[in-house]
Amino acid sequence: MSEKTINGQTVDVDAEGYLVDHTQWTEGIAGEIAGELDIALTDDHWKVINFLRKEYGDNGNIPTLRKIGKQSGVDMKGLYTLFPDGPVKKAARIAGLPKPKSCV
Amino acid sequence: MADTTYEPIKKVSIIISKGSLDGIYPGLIMANGARMEGIEAMVFFTFFGLEAIIKKKMNGIKVATVGNPGMHMPTILGAIPGMSAFATTMMKKEMDKLDIPPVDEFIEMLDASGAEIYACKAAMDMFHYTEADLTGEVKEILTIGDFYEKSAGAQIIFT
Repeated sequence: MSEKTINGQTVDVDAEGYLVDHTQWTEGIAGEIAGELDIALTDDHWKVINFLRKEYGDNGNIPTLRKIGKQSGVDMKGLYTLFPDGPVKKAARIAGLPKPKSCV
Repeated sequence: MADTTYEPIKKVSIIISKGSLDGIYPGLIMANGARMEGIEAMVFFTFFGLEAIIKKKMNGIKVATVGNPGMHMPTILGAIPGMSAFATTMMKKEMDKLDIPPVDEFIEMLDASGAEIYACKAAMDMFHYTEADLTGEVKEILTIGDFYEKSAGAQIIFT
């Protein structure tokens, strides 16, 4: 674990850049992490980010890719377009959540 | 430990050759998992594995209860009518808990993820299937030669 200043705020991140404490997250932080991943956030990105944060808040879990594709308002193809090379991992990192543990 | 850094895997070429539920799912999960990590993936369905992409068969895939030591079930019990269906129902329930989709949806998911789905020509000929029998996500029917060509740069995984 280390400290990092993102968007003018000091937050705790793990070795792979995931926020350790999701309550430290702000929308500004999301934009800056997305920038690090070469992603410019659009409304569709926000649909996914908000869905992940809501699910995590409700169940303490990051939903599976299948569930995100069915319930976030962005379909599977869209998810791979919005978050290339790692839809769940990248979306979770931008949403200030831990690294996803599910295999599917 | 030798101080070696290895190149990350960039592409996998997965062969699914078995037609039971326990023969098909590992390959599907590995292909999907590769895409989720940003690794290119192609899946080649051959022999009985072909049934996973045959429209009329893909959702009737069952767990093998005979000749499957992993089941820890004596052969004579595994052979009882209905046993395979029962084991299949149980396993599907467990998979559902993990949000693992049925075969047809899994193939759709792979296609949407950018994974490429291929059918084996020899297996198609052997079981007398035609292109019309294949699910729409199948990109092409390949000879073994084509398969190796398409697998250029990939790690080939046989399941």
